[in-house]
Amino acid sequence: MSPATEGAPPLLQVRDLEVAFRVRGGEVLASRGVSLEVRAGETLGLVGESGSGKSVLCRAVLRLLPQPAAQVRVGQVLFDGADLLALPERRMRQVRGTDIAMVFQNPMTSLSPVWPIGDQLTEGLRVHRGLSRAAAREQGIALMRATGIPEPERRYDDHPWQWSGGMLQRAVIAMAMACKPRLLLADEPTTALDVTIQEQILALLADLQEASGMAMVLVSHDIGVVAETCDRIAVMYAGTVVETGPAAAVLGNPRHPYTLGLLRSSPGVDRAGRRLDPIPGQPPDLADPAPGCPFAERCALASAQCRENPVRLEDRAPGHASACLFPERMS
Amino acid sequence: MSVAAHAGHAPGGVQAELLRWSPSLRIGMALLALIVAAGVFAPWLTPYDPLRQDYGAALLPPGAAHWFGTDSLGRDIFTRALFAIRTDLVIGFWTTYLPMLVGVLLGAWAGLKRGLFDAVLMRVIDTALAFPFLVLIIVILAILGPGTQNIYIAVFLVGWTMYARLARAEMLVEAGKDYVLAARTLGYPAWRILLRHALPNIVNSSIVFSMSDFVLNILLVSGLSFLGLGVPPPVPEWGAMVAEGKDFMQQAWWISTLPGFMIVLTGVALALVGDGLTHRLGDRHVTGH
Repeated sequence: MSPATEGAPPLLQVRDLEVAFRVRGGEVLASRGVSLEVRAGETLGLVGESGSGKSVLCRAVLRLLPQPAAQVRVGQVLFDGADLLALPERRMRQVRGTDIAMVFQNPMTSLSPVWPIGDQLTEGLRVHRGLSRAAAREQGIALMRATGIPEPERRYDDHPWQWSGGMLQRAVIAMAMACKPRLLLADEPTTALDVTIQEQILALLADLQEASGMAMVLVSHDIGVVAETCDRIAVMYAGTVVETGPAAAVLGNPRHPYTLGLLRSSPGVDRAGRRLDPIPGQPPDLADPAPGCPFAERCALASAQCRENPVRLEDRAPGHASACLFPERMS
Repeated sequence: MSVAAHAGHAPGGVQAELLRWSPSLRIGMALLALIVAAGVFAPWLTPYDPLRQDYGAALLPPGAAHWFGTDSLGRDIFTRALFAIRTDLVIGFWTTYLPMLVGVLLGAWAGLKRGLFDAVLMRVIDTALAFPFLVLIIVILAILGPGTQNIYIAVFLVGWTMYARLARAEMLVEAGKDYVLAARTLGYPAWRILLRHALPNIVNSSIVFSMSDFVLNILLVSGLSFLGLGVPPPVPEWGAMVAEGKDFMQQAWWISTLPGFMIVLTGVALALVGDGLTHRLGDRHVTGH
């Protein structure tokens, strides 16, 4: 685990989280001892391929893993010092929405098709803050304005099918922001949107964060998205964090071969004309994990030791850690 | 009915809603409305009393004075068939929609919460469904005794299980959708997620099923009355009327046949509405897939 570089204790601290899914004929470790932290007001980018455990981590933090299939084995999720995993369900329900909120990948399905958007957007205010319908409407219109939805008074009573995806994602973000959470988990918030809209939504999230001072976890499989907006980055692979550190350090001087692979396989404007360099192979079978480094099979720099010895996150520079036996081979 | 509730959400109001109705829904609704109106206005539609006996006019064939003829006690069958609408539709309604209300809520809750409640509920339902429906009803009625009130109890005890199963299955699908997950991440209470978010999206299949259930329940009540386990004698009821005529089939076919025709007509109306609703409610899943 990386030591806190700033003085304040982290807002969210996940320690050695292990989540297992029961499946036919065994179980899958979707999260294998994940540790990370998010400090108040910062943006942590969570990157990794599909199935690397990003969404499982978010849902574990909110204790909304699919039941009864998923089970948290060991670990702690400390929010503001309190272990969320030990909270009674009633307290946890207040944490959701008021302290921690979440935005999903597909805005088209994140709202119920039968109710007006405005009503759904302000439901948290009525549930958690006890606001009347009229008072909630007033705040809802302000929220819609703050998230860049034009003509909020007129559009408050629209239904989800009347809106475009980008506009709906603004509404979903407004819904998550309604009770002023201190931490926003954004799970691939731009993946389902057009590229031009993606930029707008990322800018919106950054603006809202600056205005409210909340912390944010931006989950993405697109390292480019994360590079633009995040203070710090955690790279996940096969249910573990393989590298974490300040965004500039991780992107500029990656200390894990997987991070390097992600960077080389991602198209970027500044890299125009260069060939992409995909990572060969497939992620490992999480139902049957090997003893050594999970990336060893696909790593060009791996040697026999990598396949046998377990790896741990270790500091390479202040605040910059990676789980690699031979980070010096990277240079 | 739910159609009215949905009409409120649809753009364009009542007229546009009517335009979306398929022919079968329109015909079924019109027929059903006609039957309901005939039941409501029965006293004004006929000069006769459904209970008054007139031995001088017994066993008269259908004609100008008695459209459906008269029965062995000289009662006007058309009058009794009209008044029976009240008996049969009311019993049919409550034996369908009380179990539906309870069944859908229990099933949806089980599908949302899973765990012990779900497991226990499903075993109870499996046990109930292991017996043939009619046998179970007759056993319950044999214990409780015949009568309208006991029909309600007996059908309720068995009827909710189908709705619970249906609603649970729909809820399992719906609970995995993003909007339910979003509502949970925002910390809304489970009952609120159930009633406000999930229920409007899972209740359609139960509504469609309820239409055929309605028909079957009317047939069930008629059948029980035919067997003497249902509505007690002087009260006009289609099944009981069919039973009363069975001894006179040779000389007075109209006593059994015309009330039977009313059962068929009501059944057709409800089936058409059910079929129409399948399509009308089906196309509401525009978003979400």
